Amino acid sequence: MTATEYKSYMTDKIGPLPFCAGCGHTTLIHALDKALVKLQPDPKNVVIVTDIGCIGLSDRYFTTNAFHGLHGRSITYACGLKLAKPELTVIALMGDGAAGIGGTHFLNVARRNIGITLLIGNNFNYGMTGGQHSVTTPSGGITSTTPWGNPEGPMDLCGTAAAAGGAWVYRTTSFDKDLPDIIAQAIEQPGYAFVDVWELCTAYYMPRNKLRKQELFELMESYGFKTGLVADKPRLEYSDNYRQAYEAGKGVLKPRILIEPKFDNKVDHQTGIIIAGSAGQKIKSAATLFAEGGIFAGLKAAQKDDYPITVQTGHSVAEIILSPERIDYTGIESPEYFVLISEDGLKRTRAKIASLPETCILYADNDIELPETKAQIRRIPFKDLAKEAGKLSLSTAAIALMLADSELYPIEAFETAISTFQSPKIAEINIKAVSAGVKATSESTTAG
Amino acid sequence: MGFEFIEGNEAIARGAIAAGCDFYASYPITPASSILHFMNEHVPEAGGLVIQAEDEIASMGFCLGASMAGRKVLTATSGPGISLYSENIGLAIMGETPLVIVNIQRQGPATGSATKGAEGDIQFTRWVTSGGLPVIALSPATVEEAYKLTYIAFNFSEWLRTPVFIMGSKETGVTKEAADLESIELPPRIDRKRVKSGLDEYLPHQFDSIEEVPAFSEFGGEYIARYTTSTHDKTAYLVTKPDVIQHMLDHYAAKIDSAVDELSLYKADYQDGADTLVISYGITSRSVEVAIRKAREQGRKISSLVLQTLWPVPEKVIKAAMNGIKKIVVPEMNMGQYLIEIERLAPPGIDIVPVLKMNTTLVTPDEIINEGGLL
Repeated sequence: MTATEYKSYMTDKIGPLPFCAGCGHTTLIHALDKALVKLQPDPKNVVIVTDIGCIGLSDRYFTTNAFHGLHGRSITYACGLKLAKPELTVIALMGDGAAGIGGTHFLNVARRNIGITLLIGNNFNYGMTGGQHSVTTPSGGITSTTPWGNPEGPMDLCGTAAAAGGAWVYRTTSFDKDLPDIIAQAIEQPGYAFVDVWELCTAYYMPRNKLRKQELFELMESYGFKTGLVADKPRLEYSDNYRQAYEAGKGVLKPRILIEPKFDNKVDHQTGIIIAGSAGQKIKSAATLFAEGGIFAGLKAAQKDDYPITVQTGHSVAEIILSPERIDYTGIESPEYFVLISEDGLKRTRAKIASLPETCILYADNDIELPETKAQIRRIPFKDLAKEAGKLSLSTAAIALMLADSELYPIEAFETAISTFQSPKIAEINIKAVSAGVKATSESTTAG
Repeated sequence: MGFEFIEGNEAIARGAIAAGCDFYASYPITPASSILHFMNEHVPEAGGLVIQAEDEIASMGFCLGASMAGRKVLTATSGPGISLYSENIGLAIMGETPLVIVNIQRQGPATGSATKGAEGDIQFTRWVTSGGLPVIALSPATVEEAYKLTYIAFNFSEWLRTPVFIMGSKETGVTKEAADLESIELPPRIDRKRVKSGLDEYLPHQFDSIEEVPAFSEFGGEYIARYTTSTHDKTAYLVTKPDVIQHMLDHYAAKIDSAVDELSLYKADYQDGADTLVISYGITSRSVEVAIRKAREQGRKISSLVLQTLWPVPEKVIKAAMNGIKKIVVPEMNMGQYLIEIERLAPPGIDIVPVLKMNTTLVTPDEIINEGGLL
């Protein structure tokens, strides 16, 4: 059985292409058809993606799949289709207007090397909206929006695509007899391929600027832009590269560990606890382990963190709620325990500390000058504790101290959370920190 | 049975994966970024693909292309990103594209108080794109609801071939809570209805009755497929005939409007003899729980309606809840958005008391009690 031979990928049912007489788009579209005929793909595996602009009128003339989207976004739909189904032949057809508004897509598709074919019918102005200037309008060019001559300079689309890493980039004109072959070559590229096709817009740009075939060639020469094959640096197509990178780099994902409550607790109402210190003191992760310890002890828990966008500098504040019942409201109006480890923590929570009720126990570093507060203050030598527990385990030790003093739930539950969720090496250090914190509790109680 | 201590964003990602999501694209933005991180770690292992796009417009473009190629797609952002999604959301509606969009709302407008909580994008979501056609939006209040409603959002989106929003917030998105996701019962999974094999031609927008959802054929499938941003007929070719245009727009609205009963998700806690009703959604509904508990302890009779579906408005449910009610309290973490719908639906003579705040902090139970006059 012989395969069907496709003599054309265009339909004759809706008449000729709708472009103005002499418009380069007509040549480009027929060249694309010839390129497809040369390659003979199954039309069901080909998608023509277009957007808004005269050239976007063309997709309906093809017998392939067609995706007609928003102005300047063809590349994004084409990429979505190609990423979802790498076996598809995806061809995006755009104008120079779309290249401008979709500039970031134009750069990023080249950089990523997603295997679509991008064809730009580049006729130096917006035809569909009445001949306004575009990113490729020549300097001095007359358009509806540059009536005294374009004060802007043209963008070198091919140079830009190549600079962005475009694997295969070609510049020519719609007068090029080899255009079908050039487009076929572009489609055959496994990675990204772009053909910049310079054309005449016979409705607007050509009459206003006396730009005919000869002048088009002269213009191209006068720019000094590279023409013909501008870039030919094949490399692995995005989807293949993605899969390879994933296979090579994938770690073993941490198994999901479910916490089954197995300890008792002494929390009989929703209880708010705040830990305030410095970024880099592991407050957030220690607070999470504290909450997980609570869940091991049969409690419900919630945690919110507050820290600056920078890392290792400024404050870090964790708010934890433990409750025997479902936690509905997750705000903490009146915390019952407040652990203040550093000056950074104080800076962020000064107003909160000043408004703490007398029912709150405040464990504060003994060097910190506190604002006036009704809370019961317990002065703790956190700097000494840091020496004993290790700087990175101070927050764990401080939480253990508060936990031993408050007896919210057993220390063993906190230790269980640490050994369950941390690597053995880190867990060992932190369990020692817990002991140091517990020991400091009895010392501070004795001292008191 | 056991618990994990996880944030709502992780639950959203896992709800999506449970629904069969195998394509994700988004651009980083706090407080939604952890969804991107989680999907990045977990989607490729199931053969799916995650891409961090160059901007929010590309995120949506990738998602639309991938969905029409047959993938189940998710994207997530925050309010500022939804602004950039807007035009492509219109295209998703126009092209009848299944897609779940997560908005982890943050206080705004603009950059606002980055990154603090608010639920200020409620009406914005309803009118998110030009044309004013209906959308579907679900609002989770807890980590467990984030999981379940995201899964259901995929079902709605696949069933009705339309974008569905998850209206998260900083407060539900990045607060960690003890959750038991594995014990959550999920409804049967719905995948988009595929067109029959062996037809002469595929008509992308073929429906007989106006509310019928057209059968789907993916790009690269058995049939030649077409998709367009322009007004079109069942063939997805541009049309300019006013009656054909109107018919298609009526269809987009009718398929959602006719499904409103099945789309209406809510939690009702009605008390016999109550003359006060509190209507809430999202994180604020949890303050309402506490406020109502306190008021009831003092002998007050109060009913509560918590809406999980915000759009389309569950009008029947809301109107039924208003029966015999003299006062409706509407607390919101914005300056009065769903209030507009409640005012529209309330019969004359009902006292409507808003409790509104958009200063980055939660509406507290005491504020609801005091400003709402619950005691």
